Amino acid sequence: MTQSLGTRDCYGDVLVKLGQQNPNIVVLDADLSCSTRTEKFAKAFPERFFNIGIAEQDMIATAAGLAASGKIAFVSTFAVFATGRAWDQIRQSLCYSMQNVKVVATHSGVTVGEDSATHQANEDIALMRSLPNMSIVVPADGIETEKAIEYLVNNEKCPVYVRLSRGKSPVIFDSQYRFQKGKAVLLEDGSDATVIAIGTMVSRAMQAQQMLKKEGISVRILNMSTVKPIDQGAILAAAQETGAIVTAEEHSVIGGLGSAVAEVISEQCPVLLKRIGLNDCFGISGDAEKLLTHYGLTAEAIVKAVKEIIARKRKA
Amino acid sequence: MPSLPETKVLELKDVARQLRIEVLRMLTRAKSGHTGGSLSIIEILVALYMVKLRHDPKNPRWAERDRFVLSKGHGAPALYATLARLGYFDPAELLNLRKFGGMLQGHPYNLTTPGIEISTGSLGQGLSVANGMALAAKLDKSPVRIYVLMGDGETQEGQIWEAAMTAAHYKLDNVCGIIDANKLQIDGCLCQIMNIEPIASKWEAFGWQVIETDGHDLPGLIAAFDQCEQVKGKPSLVIAHTIKGKGVSFMEGKVQYHGVAPTEAELEKALVELR
Repeated sequence: MTQSLGTRDCYGDVLVKLGQQNPNIVVLDADLSCSTRTEKFAKAFPERFFNIGIAEQDMIATAAGLAASGKIAFVSTFAVFATGRAWDQIRQSLCYSMQNVKVVATHSGVTVGEDSATHQANEDIALMRSLPNMSIVVPADGIETEKAIEYLVNNEKCPVYVRLSRGKSPVIFDSQYRFQKGKAVLLEDGSDATVIAIGTMVSRAMQAQQMLKKEGISVRILNMSTVKPIDQGAILAAAQETGAIVTAEEHSVIGGLGSAVAEVISEQCPVLLKRIGLNDCFGISGDAEKLLTHYGLTAEAIVKAVKEIIARKRKA
Repeated sequence: MPSLPETKVLELKDVARQLRIEVLRMLTRAKSGHTGGSLSIIEILVALYMVKLRHDPKNPRWAERDRFVLSKGHGAPALYATLARLGYFDPAELLNLRKFGGMLQGHPYNLTTPGIEISTGSLGQGLSVANGMALAAKLDKSPVRIYVLMGDGETQEGQIWEAAMTAAHYKLDNVCGIIDANKLQIDGCLCQIMNIEPIASKWEAFGWQVIETDGHDLPGLIAAFDQCEQVKGKPSLVIAHTIKGKGVSFMEGKVQYHGVAPTEAELEKALVELR
């Protein structure tokens, strides 16, 4: 894990590649195309790029109209605006109307950093997860971003929410990786506990796995890049085979990955669970790494949680 | 465009009368729904579906069809009655409006209902959707026109004005907006709840060609739509001045019939007037 890539940079690049292959792809942005990297598509295919200005509600419903007329529409802005500002438009014009629109949002979580709480989306997965017909994909690195976007264009005609980040993250996958929607990716196998992670927390979970391995603790690592529909089979196998689960996400513990995993195991195979995420609070300004440490979103925090949950498992 | 022969106008007027009867029957049977705003848009729908739109009820997904978006989704009964009459679906469905297991949902739902382009109900979204359809048509170099019907109260939604800017910015002359200007919303008169006037000059200031007409005068409406078709380089808007509850004397201009269905007795009284 030496190379780092920005998920948003890979998104911008793959959009151009897909735009060359498929003349039906159109892209909309709400005055953040330089930040979301859709500007690359805008430069390559100006006639198929629509900047809607600072009007997210209009952008989403306009994309619905394009999709209703046979286009494959991508819409991008920051996660906080895409999901919060335009939730009702996503609900009615995309999900209820079942339109082929890919909402690809960047700048999720606290790693937005200095821009502070108004721009840090820690509730977006919760907002999108409650919507019928909506799928949610949170790529773990740049390669998975590229593969997931290609997959969604070639295999899906439903609305989907793809959650990307501002910062760069270590590369986990190689170019042979094949994304499959709804399938958790087993990154490391183990027997004492399972860490289920998404997005920026996946590389940290893998660091934690290495640290724990040195102490003789065997941890399974699952990259749950499809948060919805979630891979129940992988979660239940982890519950049955390792008996303890830690979830890790750069998102509120309310309504996100931790909640989704809790829903599966509490109904079908109750085991010990510890959720790592934002604990029902807003973020603050600061350097991204400092914020991750401040909110306990680190490999060390995962190590601590795994040890605690294993101790509880042994007592039980 | 040549004006319609008088016999055709009389025929269309009679269609409008029959559609009003159908809508009142549907609403009475459903025991709920939006009576006033369904009756106010009948002539607009007749002018579009019976004269202006290029469409094929037997092939609702025909790629070259003109599009109609009912942004004021609560006018659904009028649209359903129009679509059924044209053969988009079995008119027997109309009797099950809003009923459990019925196809016709309380507000338009595109996944179950032939002829419905997009689901609407939560107000303010239809003009944006129409713009998207218009952008797609421009990309495809298709002559398709997009009609979108909004309520006057609906223009209180901020998204309408976002979309108004977008249509002008992208020079969407294939978009024809229509405002059902019946002057009333659920809570009362627009002028008292939230004044939208001066509405024509607002849209003009947003870069639209605005045409005002009597929304119950079929030749006037058709002439307005014809005029819109000639406008190039910018979107156009027909402000259709209408009467809420039009066609039933005791409902006309009465805010209490916004979201209330007629009783059986009211239906009988209304049918006497409409027969």
